[in-house]
Amino acid sequence: MASIELKGVGKTYAGAVRAVEGVDLAIGDGELVVLVGPSGCGKSTLLRMIAGLETITDGTISIGGKVVNKEEPAERDIAMVFQNYALYPHMSVRQNLEYGLKNRGTPRPEIDSRVAEAARILEIAPFLDRRPRQLSGGQRQRVAMGRAIVRQPKAFLFDEPLSNLDAKLRGQMRVEIRTLQRRLKTTSVYVTHDQLEAMTLADRLVVMNAGHIEQVGTPTELYDRPQTLFVAGFIGSPPMNFIDVADLSSDNLTHVQAGAPGAKTIGIRPDGLTTTANPQAIRLETTVALIEPVGAESHIHVRWQNRMVVAQMHGRPGFAEGEAVTLYADPGSIHRFAADGRRIG
Amino acid sequence: MVENRPILDFICHLILIVGVAIVVFPVYLAVIASTHGAFDFMSGLIPMLPGDQAIANYSTMLGTGISTSGTPPFLPMMLNSLLMALGVAVGKIAISILSAFAIVYFRFPFRALAFWLIFITLMLPVEVRIMPTFKVVSDLGLLNSYGGLIMPLIASATATFLFRQFFLTVPDELLEAARVDSAGPMKFFWDILVPLSRTNMAALFVILFVLGWNQYLWPLLVTTDPRYYTVVMGIKRMAAVADSYPQWNLVMAGVVLALVPPVLVVIFMQRLFIKGLVETEK
Repeated sequence: MASIELKGVGKTYAGAVRAVEGVDLAIGDGELVVLVGPSGCGKSTLLRMIAGLETITDGTISIGGKVVNKEEPAERDIAMVFQNYALYPHMSVRQNLEYGLKNRGTPRPEIDSRVAEAARILEIAPFLDRRPRQLSGGQRQRVAMGRAIVRQPKAFLFDEPLSNLDAKLRGQMRVEIRTLQRRLKTTSVYVTHDQLEAMTLADRLVVMNAGHIEQVGTPTELYDRPQTLFVAGFIGSPPMNFIDVADLSSDNLTHVQAGAPGAKTIGIRPDGLTTTANPQAIRLETTVALIEPVGAESHIHVRWQNRMVVAQMHGRPGFAEGEAVTLYADPGSIHRFAADGRRIG
Repeated sequence: MVENRPILDFICHLILIVGVAIVVFPVYLAVIASTHGAFDFMSGLIPMLPGDQAIANYSTMLGTGISTSGTPPFLPMMLNSLLMALGVAVGKIAISILSAFAIVYFRFPFRALAFWLIFITLMLPVEVRIMPTFKVVSDLGLLNSYGGLIMPLIASATATFLFRQFFLTVPDELLEAARVDSAGPMKFFWDILVPLSRTNMAALFVILFVLGWNQYLWPLLVTTDPRYYTVVMGIKRMAAVADSYPQWNLVMAGVVLALVPPVLVVIFMQRLFIKGLVETEK
């Protein structure tokens, strides 16, 4: 167990491709931090740099107060869970769990007790003598986690561990990972491109884009006060609606500028749009294009000035497709962004 | 092809049976010939049924050989062949799996050049580089030794290439997981790559063993001492006699004996081979 500290971390590949740049991040002892972002944003590269599987070209990474830039993955005392599990196919589950401990010269009785403990926690005891290929995806995932747990490392690193599972199992494993991490209190870094997974797992979220950090914060901070347009658009489902201020009529504009002048774009969360008339609110005259019933709520896709806007409403609002609807957004609930994409106010 | 078409079935089987008969008939004749007396095959009427000289012929071949044509007993020659074939097969597998490991998993200067050099130089068959090879082996004092028989044949570009292709299909995450699990390069090689390559090794062993066993030209060149003669050479010496008829019954007994070890290897390794194919592990 240890804290992890990244200072000015960067990675440049040969040919001057910058995969990661200027990353400063402090991960507290026992914290679960999720790195999230679109594919190619450098989140996996960053994780692999923490693991020691990629070299660090700029800055320093320290684990437990010790700079580990030049250390091999084994010396860093971390454990990693891979996307495709990376279990050794010719070894039984037990041998898979034991392998890392054996290589470290752990005494036999301790290996046995740690394997038994991990098997008990993860409920994989019945499969200990099977080969990985005889297990289902969820079971293999558990074994991969078991391989991390038995080592009792300073940190767990998860590289999109759930993306090979089906949606239902993913939800279930997400809960299991969260519970397990709370219980073991091991510092963890978790990479995913799935923002729902990110929001539900994280103590703190790190949103990455094009190799740098956009914003760090708790899931609710990121949802409620996104600091950049990118974060605003990335976190939340259905995504935030963006409206160019220039397209607004003058009375709408007054409402927008009242909060903070100089906004170039405003963002409205789909649940911030209502049909309740309010003269103080921003008013959008729209036509219903498509209604998606999603169980307890409905997503109403409407057309406003030749662009699509989505509103999220409870129940089934009973619009017909093609119907004209006026939607209202309270100025207090809108997000304002300047021309450079930074948040205003 | 799934439907039941009796005429097609019949024709298919007929063609297959004729094909098998053509291949098997000479082998059958060899076995028959090895059970007859010395001159039965020279009589003009070739016997098609086994004779009564089998034990005599085989014991002559194994125990004493044919002294008149300078052929030593077969048992030591078969041991020589076995040693050579095993040495070549095991040596080729060991060297090529290690060089493939180096080429695939290590970044060193001129890595690609090294690979292509191995590949190009060894694409040439033994016969092409036989004079320089002979010179080298003779300068090293390896004529008439097992080392001289085995070593020049021990490197294999084909096997290196096969292992390289196989290693390229092993997911990178396995290597990374092993690194996180404190396994150094050689530990990764022994604990993970070698077990995963078992099937490939079995297949290669069959091919390379037969190749080593059937070597003719090279043993002929490097051995002049009968203690190092191999079976294939021995057969040649028996068949090519001056001023008399070859003793075909004994030659054929030798041929049949020479057939046995490769057949055994194929039969035995095939089991492993199919087992490996059925339980694909990757």
